[in-house]
Amino acid sequence: MTDTLGLVGRHPFLAGLPDGTAALVTGCARLVAFDKGELLLAEGGTAATLYLIEGGRVGIEIHGPSEGRVVIDTVGPGGVVGFSWVAPPFRWQFDARAFEPATAIAVDTERLRTRLVEHPAVGYALVERLSWVLLGLLQATRIRLLDLYGDGRRR
Amino acid sequence: MVDVAEPVTHPAALRSPLSPRPYRVVGRRVDLVDVVTLVLEPRLGQPPPFAHGQFNMLTAFGVGEAAISISSVPRAPGPIEHSIRDVGPVTHALCNAEVGGVVGVRGPFGIGWDVDGLDDATEVVVVAGGIGLAPLRGAVADLVERRREAGGRVYVLAGARSPDQVLFADDLERWRRAGAHVAVTVDIATPDWSGAVGVVTTLIPEAPFDPARTVALLCGPEIMLRLAGRALVDDGVDPARIRVSLERNMQCGVGLCGHCQLGPLLVCRDGPVVRYGGLADELLMERQR
Repeated sequence: MTDTLGLVGRHPFLAGLPDGTAALVTGCARLVAFDKGELLLAEGGTAATLYLIEGGRVGIEIHGPSEGRVVIDTVGPGGVVGFSWVAPPFRWQFDARAFEPATAIAVDTERLRTRLVEHPAVGYALVERLSWVLLGLLQATRIRLLDLYGDGRRR
Repeated sequence: MVDVAEPVTHPAALRSPLSPRPYRVVGRRVDLVDVVTLVLEPRLGQPPPFAHGQFNMLTAFGVGEAAISISSVPRAPGPIEHSIRDVGPVTHALCNAEVGGVVGVRGPFGIGWDVDGLDDATEVVVVAGGIGLAPLRGAVADLVERRREAGGRVYVLAGARSPDQVLFADDLERWRRAGAHVAVTVDIATPDWSGAVGVVTTLIPEAPFDPARTVALLCGPEIMLRLAGRALVDDGVDPARIRVSLERNMQCGVGLCGHCQLGPLLVCRDGPVVRYGGLADELLMERQR
């Protein structure tokens, strides 16, 4: 638990949050490891985990019968994977797969939600932090829509 | 004997910055489906000295002229290299120049990266998007070599549209083996790609450089320059220690014609490399009417 608390406390996702946040999250967390190619989460499954990536790189993917596996994004150490637990229908929209051996802090979000309701100040701070991350992802996605490296003819 | 099919330059014109000198194409390398590197040497004499980040005006005779950055290392013996992206009639003609053919060269022009004076402990973060790695190639090669035994490190963060558009893949691997931190991300992945996917700025937090002793060199699409500059400043890099290479419609190369004006700058003369803090950060925010 002490090791987990240290890791959770040092993760960039929680940097600068109020005292007690790391301890609260740690109470819902465990350390997990994934082999190369292993799925952290699978499209359609129940979304109940937030992954704080510690090591390795994780690909966010979707697959189609004709397209095959399409990697949409990757997340490295210090990043966060798994947001569909935030809102109904609490179902993963994509796959997340370890591109290389990966380690993460897996947070049980059902327990976390209960704890956050009990501690609204920490809850607000954590939700606000989650909003920052989601905003960053939204902005990065919009930038990619510009196709900056295209030659203009492809836009 | 003079080959009558080739342009002949009057000796007096050789001294004029507006007259192209004939250079022989002595090598041609297809880097990407739309990027070709031409290896050029003057038909007479040696190429003039140049600095990292400077550019030449290359002429495809009978078609036109385009500003192309020099992508080889200054002081390196032998011919000079230009990496050209095929985006229009002139660059298309240049990309299709054959070994043994002749192109015109004027230059070198402009202000370069000015990295020769950096002390060895300075860490250098290079952020390049697409063809933006070409004007940085010589500087990175030089910096990696100079830092092999020194305390400073080079961080090369490169973005490309897709894996088949990653420029200078061999150089990137060579720099990595020589001790540089090299990270590449693509906007659109293919099934065989196992690297990062996303915008190039996402590579910045993962690069373990010390912002307090960092100089950053940025080249790529202007929107990317703006975002990368901001991300580096947010990370603690001094805006005055960030340099960006601007791209404009360079024509004369010597600040006479005004085609490349950007705010108070004539980019061909006052750039292409300018400081980010207090200059490029504002110019890159200007809205064209």
